[in-house]
This record gives sequence, structure tokens and C-alpha cells, in this order.
Amino acid sequence: MFKRLPEVAGATVAITIDGAPFNARAGDSVAAALLLAGRAACGTTAVSGKKRAPYCLMGICFECLVVVDGEGARQACLVPVRDGMRIETQSPKTEPAA
Amino acid sequence: MARDYDIAVIGGGLVGAAIAWGLAREKQCVVLLDEGDIAKRASRGNFALVWVQSKGLGLPDYVGWTIRSSDQWPRLAAELQEQTGLDVCFERPGGFALALSEAELAARAATIERIHRQPGVPTFAVDILDRAAIEKLQPGIGPAVVGGSFCPLDGHVNSLRLFRAFHLATTQLGVDYRPSHTVRGIKYASGGFRIATSAGEVRAGKVVLAAGNANATLAAMVGLHAPMRGNHRGQIVVTRRMPRFLRHPVVTVRQTDEGTVMIGDSYEDASDDARLTLAISAVMADRARRMFPILENATVVRTWSCLRVMPQDGFPIYDQSEQCPGAFVACCHSGVTLAANHAYDLAPMIARGALDAERLAPFSARRFHVQKAA
Amino acid sequence: MTPSEPSPGHEHGASAPSPPSGGEGRGEGAPPRVAAADVSRGDSAPLTPTLSPPKSGLPDLGTNNAELGQARVRVREEGARIQSDYDVVIVGAGPAGLAAAATTAPAGLATLVLDENAGPGGQIYRAITSTPVQKRDILGPDYWQGEDLVARARASGATFVHGATVWSLDRDRQIVVSIGGASHGLFARRVVLATGALERPFPIPGWTLPGVMTAGAAQTLLKASGVIPDGRLVLAGTGPLIWLIAAQILRAGGAIEAMLDTTPKANFRRALAHAPRFVASPYFAKGLALQREVRRKVKVIRGVTALRALGDDALHEVAFARGGGAEEHIAADTLLLHQGVAPNVNLAMAAGVAHRWDARQLCFVPALDADGNSSVPGIAVAGDGAGIGGALAAAERGRLAGMAAVRALASERAPGAAETQAARRALRRAERGRAFLDILFAPAAAFRLPAGDTIVCRCEEVTAAQIAETMSLGVEGPNQLKAFLRCGMGPCQGRMCGLTVSELIAQARGVAPDAVGYYRLRPPVKPIPLKELAEMPQTEAAVNAVVRG
Repeated sequence: MFKRLPEVAGATVAITIDGAPFNARAGDSVAAALLLAGRAACGTTAVSGKKRAPYCLMGICFECLVVVDGEGARQACLVPVRDGMRIETQSPKTEPAA
Repeated sequence: MARDYDIAVIGGGLVGAAIAWGLAREKQCVVLLDEGDIAKRASRGNFALVWVQSKGLGLPDYVGWTIRSSDQWPRLAAELQEQTGLDVCFERPGGFALALSEAELAARAATIERIHRQPGVPTFAVDILDRAAIEKLQPGIGPAVVGGSFCPLDGHVNSLRLFRAFHLATTQLGVDYRPSHTVRGIKYASGGFRIATSAGEVRAGKVVLAAGNANATLAAMVGLHAPMRGNHRGQIVVTRRMPRFLRHPVVTVRQTDEGTVMIGDSYEDASDDARLTLAISAVMADRARRMFPILENATVVRTWSCLRVMPQDGFPIYDQSEQCPGAFVACCHSGVTLAANHAYDLAPMIARGALDAERLAPFSARRFHVQKAA
Repeated sequence: MTPSEPSPGHEHGASAPSPPSGGEGRGEGAPPRVAAADVSRGDSAPLTPTLSPPKSGLPDLGTNNAELGQARVRVREEGARIQSDYDVVIVGAGPAGLAAAATTAPAGLATLVLDENAGPGGQIYRAITSTPVQKRDILGPDYWQGEDLVARARASGATFVHGATVWSLDRDRQIVVSIGGASHGLFARRVVLATGALERPFPIPGWTLPGVMTAGAAQTLLKASGVIPDGRLVLAGTGPLIWLIAAQILRAGGAIEAMLDTTPKANFRRALAHAPRFVASPYFAKGLALQREVRRKVKVIRGVTALRALGDDALHEVAFARGGGAEEHIAADTLLLHQGVAPNVNLAMAAGVAHRWDARQLCFVPALDADGNSSVPGIAVAGDGAGIGGALAAAERGRLAGMAAVRALASERAPGAAETQAARRALRRAERGRAFLDILFAPAAAFRLPAGDTIVCRCEEVTAAQIAETMSLGVEGPNQLKAFLRCGMGPCQGRMCGLTVSELIAQARGVAPDAVGYYRLRPPVKPIPLKELAEMPQTEAAVNAVVRG
């Protein structure tokens, strides 16, 4: 649960998260956008499939790995949003092997 | 403080632990002496193959010894699971060596043929297949694969879980595991052995040298000869978990039960396992993705280099000392593949006090034609 | 302060080094991956008169100096391609890296700064050139102090590359950096590692639940995006940073349900001996003021000795206890945890830099001399990565490492003994009071040594109970434990579990963490796409090492 301070201006950046459109702001990381969009639980654990969300927002914890424009395993906290960016939180790469 | 044991096994890797487990099952009182957290530890750096197809060129008896272990492996996996609850995920779906050029394929076929043409080699299937045949067995190979060799006896295991299972199983059977007990000297006296370690003296009726490349130094202490290389460095690249795509281990690419993909394999004449040659990782990664294009999207999480345990000619050394009766040496490159033999064949021989000459004579160091140490 | 625009000709995407063949063809309509890189060069115009000179007293070399002009030509880039070798490569554009660059580049050393974030500032000055938080009193003067440092670094002539992740550094100072989807190898005569610190692990039951984050994460959200937690917010932990973020959230109009202070009561007594130096330091007055500010508006519960985060798929409640008291519960949507920071050791350790256990800061720190030189020749460590000291100390360490590099590579332009002494004095001043803070805010053992089902290794979901059980196999150190349990094998490469694991093993064995050691770390220091590795140069020797028939 996060909110933007009212005095914050800045260009809108239109992205999609799992297909749903979301308006971020220029300068947001993908992780910030996910938190604002209420889509924080962007990962599941490799062993037991539990939900995980960004923890450190500085590239240390690797809980924020998402697929950005088709490229997997990107740290959302280190990727700045861009117009038209497609974010997918369900990455088949983190599913445990059959 | 000195303690008395039936047998001291020197080396807590896969070879030593397998032997110690086998000895404990023979009701021997065993101490397992090991180094500390940072050591060469090929047991933690290997590719985890239980491999048959390319073994034995130059020593035909090694082929039969290898096949025997591969055949005993299901029993080993089952018994370890029963005793410890750990599933080492052994499987033997058959394995490949893949060629990315006609020259590679030809070289592979030639090697396989040479192995099989040796006198005394048992008959077993290794097929040279073209691309189409391989694709039927293992979909997802890349256009660069021209063919390869396939052997139904090849398999793999989770070798780290195997390592843990052996350590758990030996502890459960009462083996005394002593880490940070680096062996400095061994004295044979009055029918027993006094082993000087970095943490004090240990006494045992028998001693088994299973310390990998360090056996070269230890062997001389008990009238044995174990020429090892110690400069046989290999590198491995590991990815994050991926959805299952690889059903058969390839000698240079395998997908673990956890879903991670391991990529090998290389040889450098080097002895520093703290260093890596980046270009080698690049070559291995490049070849792997050409073999399996799905790896284009893989993420590499780790690379490491490791010194292979490598006897001078690449084949195991099993010997017992005439000068110091009760001293045995066991070292080999394939501690994973041969784990079953070590547990079920070698350990009982050691417990009885004598290696089976017929089965193991080919692996004696006498083959190196050197005078035994005076 | 308006966010700085890249100078003309360096628009995002246009100026990043182009990836090798195959990198362009990404399909119709896909935004270029290279946009993540921001290659901006230091403006080679003279320093503007309104900026104060470096506090350490380095001479202003000026631009009338022909030699310096030539040096600046040398560091200027054609296009935006980075060179294959530099005099100095600095990893990290936080205070230490910025100060190092501002020292080496004006002395004429070809200097490259590589940072994985979108802009300079590291964590403490995160987003300082782009923050949307216009009201300067929200983030506070200590934050805005970083502007000066950034400006000087940018004016220094050093080349800055952002969105650059260094994933390999070896003892020969060969570096591999990933920028915009491609990896590049380069060589440096001197390396300054300024990769800073990370938050200490805070392994409590439920710490992996969505809704639980670090205090630093909340700071980053505020600085970079002007975003604060909404809903029911609880803070828990100890250390100056948790008070700072609390104050910043309140100033921004946020609300905090409670601050659960886990500072062990015994720490007050132990810290008393160091109190006089602390009182004389700049931190004392600031710290008091911060705490007063927060206490006015927030319920602060001291002496918290147990914590749990509760919820199924997400946090909904925080449970806590004080002393031997009964457990209390607070409904919560967000829990911010913080119990100090520790050096981010991964790159330094993978490069072979020797580390030792710091018993006061309870973490591994590199073994360094007074200039920050490590056990690996030519590699220095500066900033919080050298030992936690805060932003001012970090800048001084960066300066000292920079001065050492100038001495080594351009001795005729090196600062004299007086300047060096002044820098050392400045460092000592900046570190005054540190001992007090370290001891006062030393996290409790209960929060460093979890038990039971509490997750220790988040990536591989290894619990404290599993570790305790496996210790009975005679495990001496974290590498054997890693082999047995996979802890440390996930993508974070031990950053979230390394300290916990080393301390748990030390506790089980009854020895100091120094005797236990740490994970053996190797490249890639951060996960990289296999295709990037596969596209790195292949030598004939390497091919022969792999393709052996």
C-alpha cells in the first residue's frame, strides 16, 4: 500500500503490468510502479512457490525479478520505466521443474 | 587425544565417505578425517554424472568396473534414501555427447570405436546418431548440433545431495567424522597406524587414503605410490532454475532435479581454484546455447573452477601396501560414478583386509612401472 | 533543483555502447534495451565559482593549466564507447565513488565511474539529481549536502556510465561490466570499489512476506519517486536510519502506527564509555533532534525483544514482545525493518580482497591500509564498503583512495603530505562518534541468530532449524553448509543470508565468526544473461580447453 505525494509532478509513463495498463511517472523504477499498482507480489519462490515482493529496492535481495519487454530475470528496482514497457510478473523461469 | 579405531579413512569427500559408509555397514569402527571448510573438495565442484560411454580408452578393465558401478547405483540410491530420507535423484535415462561440427562427430565416433575395439571390453551399446535421431530422443537441440553419441547406461545424480547423504548416513552409523584434521604424517608401528593431524594424533588398525590429489603425498608415508596430477582444472557455469527441458544428461550440459542447468566442461593445466578463465566460461556458454537454444534466455548465477582428482593416467588407483599391511589407497577421477563400487565392493574388501586381486589388480599403481618406495 | 538533462548528443539510447551483432534485432516495437544506460560525460568547463572547493584542501588545478587541458582531452570520449583500459575505474557513484572521481580526474587520470543505478548518489544520495521531492525539508539537509559532491564529480572530467553492472573483477584488475544487454571487458591500472553497504539481514518469522521491506527501501521510494507507504505502517529495528526514515515519512505527511525499537537495553550502558566523543560529534545533536521529532507524533515502544510478521500471502499483522512480556499485536499493511547496514562485500571478495570480522560492527570488512588499499595490488575499497562510517566518512575515504591513485600513477601531480594529512584528519572527524553508534545500535543476538522455521536463506528457503540440524554433520563453515543445504546458491549470492549463516555456524561451533569465514564468492557477482556470457570474446586457448574431442 503506497501513495504518491501530492506535490510530485512529472511526465506520465504508460506501461502495462501483466497486460493491465498503469500510469507510472518518469524516474520511477519498475519496482516502484509495481508497488504503486498494488502488484507488489511479483515473484514466487523457486522451492515452495510462496509469494514474494520487493524487499530492499536497491538490487540486493533479488525478490523483484520480472520479465521486462520479454527479457526475464530483470531486477525491477534497477530498471527505469519507459513508455510502452511491458512488465510480466509471472515468470515461467521461476517455476520449479516438473 | 588419541583414539582407537578399526579404520581411519583419510578424506571426507565422495570417495572417502562412500568407503566409510561401506565400512560402517560392515560393522567397522571408523574415523573419517577431513579438512576444513575451504579445501580443494572436488566433491563440491563436480558435474555429477554417472557416466559410462567415454571411459576406458587405455585400460579396458575400467569399462567393466564402470558399468558395474552404474548397475549398482540404483541400489545405492535406494539404500541411502531408506537410511537417511534423502533422495539423491539418481536417474539413468541414457546420456549424450553432442557434436557441433562434423569434425567433432568424427572424433567422437573414432574414440568410441577405439574403446570398444580394445581386447576384453564388455559389450555395451554406444550409438553414433545423426541429428534427426537425437532430436527424437531429446527435442530442443539447436540447428548447430550435427549428431552425437548416445549410451543408455549414462545417467546423473544430485551430487551435492549425495555428498550430504553420505555424511548423514555415516554419522547415523556411528562413523566419527573429524573435520579440520589435516593429516601431516602417518607412522606404521606394531600392526597399526599413528596418524598425525593438525588437531592431534589418531590411531587406527588400518588406514585408507582417500584424499584425492593429496594421496600422492600421503601414499609415500605408507609404502604406496599414487601419482596424481593436481593441475587438472575445470570450470562449470550454473544457471537459475528453468522449466524442465533436458531429459538426458549431456556430457557438457545437464539439468539438475532442481531445474538449474550446469554447463561444462573444460581442462586447463592450472592449479589455482580461486581463479577463473572468463573466455572458457564464454566458450562453454556459447556451445551450450548452440546445443540448446532455450539457454539463450537462461541466467547465469554462478561459475567456479575446481581441480579434478586425476591420477597420472586418468584411471583409478586401488592398492594395498605390502610394507605397511593395512594401508590402502583409493583415488579416482569419477568419485560419483564409482560411489556404488566403493561402498559395496571396495569397502568390504578393506574390511576383510585384502583387495580382490583379480578384480582390482589392473588398478594397482604397479602399472606405472615404478620401484615401490623403499 | 531540476533533474539534470543529459547533454545533447547523449540522449538515452543514442549514446550507449552498441551491443554486438544480434543485439539490435529485438523485434518490432520493442523499446531498445540500451535505453537503460545513461552515458554522460563530465562537463569539461571550469568549476563554477559558487561551488566550494573540496574540503580536504586539494589544490584547484584550474583550466589555464595546459597539462590539465591535455589530460581532459585524453579523458574525453569519442561517441560514447567506453575504452578498453583506464587509469582508474571506480565502481559505484555514491559519496565515496564521487569523491574519488573528483580527485583522480582533475589530476589528469583517465577515470571511469560505473554505477548500476540510473543516476549518481548511491543509496544515501539516491536520485539526488532527479528526485521529485521538491520540498527540501522533507529529505533534510544531510541529503541535499550530496549535491555539491555530485556537481564536482560531474565537472571533474571523469566518464560516468549508469545502468552499468560490474559482474567480474579479478586480481589482475580485468573488469567485466554489463551495460544495456551486452558485456564489455576492460582493464584498470587502479580500481576503487565504492559499492557501499547493504541492509543487515533481519531474519524474523515472516520477514519474507509481501508487505515487509527495509527502511532503506522506503527511503528509495521517497527519494526516487516521491512515494510513501499508505495504510497501516509499522517500523521496527534499531539504528539512525530508522529514525531518519520515520522523520522523513512524517514530514511528507505520512502516518506511522508504531515504532518498535529493538535497541537492546544493555547497549546504553556499554555505549556510555564512548559517549563523550559522540556528544562532540555532529551526529549527537542531529540524532536527538530526529528522535524528538518522531516521538512527538509516533508511539515508540522500546525494549522490543521479539518480532513476528504475520499473514498468509501478505502481511496483515505485526506481533512483538518486550522482555519476558506477553506478545502484543498491531494490524499492519507495511512493516519496515532496519537494524543497521553492513558492507556489500561480494565484488571485493570475488576479486580476492581479504576480509576480516569486525567485532564491533558485527560484519566482515576488507583489510585495508590508511589509503584504502586492499590485499590485492591496485584495488582499493572506499566508503561504507570499507567499514560502516556514513556519508561524510565515505567521501573522505573516496578522496584518500583517489589521492593514493594519483600518487601511484601521476606522482608529479599528487597532493603533498599536508593535503593528505588534512584528508586523514577530515576522515577522523567524520568518524568521530562512530564507536558510540556502533555499540548503541548493535543489533541484538536474538535478531541476528534466528531459530526454528525462520527463513535464513530467502532465495532457497533454508530455515534456521535446517541449518541447526545440518550442523550435526560436523559442518565447519558456510561453504560446506552451502553444499549441503543450498543456502547462498540463489540469485542474491549470499547477500541476504551470508552474515546470518556465518554467525549461526560460529554460535554452533562456539568460535568467533572470523574462524568460520564466509561464502567463497566468484564472478558473476550479479546474475547475467547466459547470452551475454556467450558473446564475450573467445580465445583459441579457451576453445581448445573446451573442445577436446
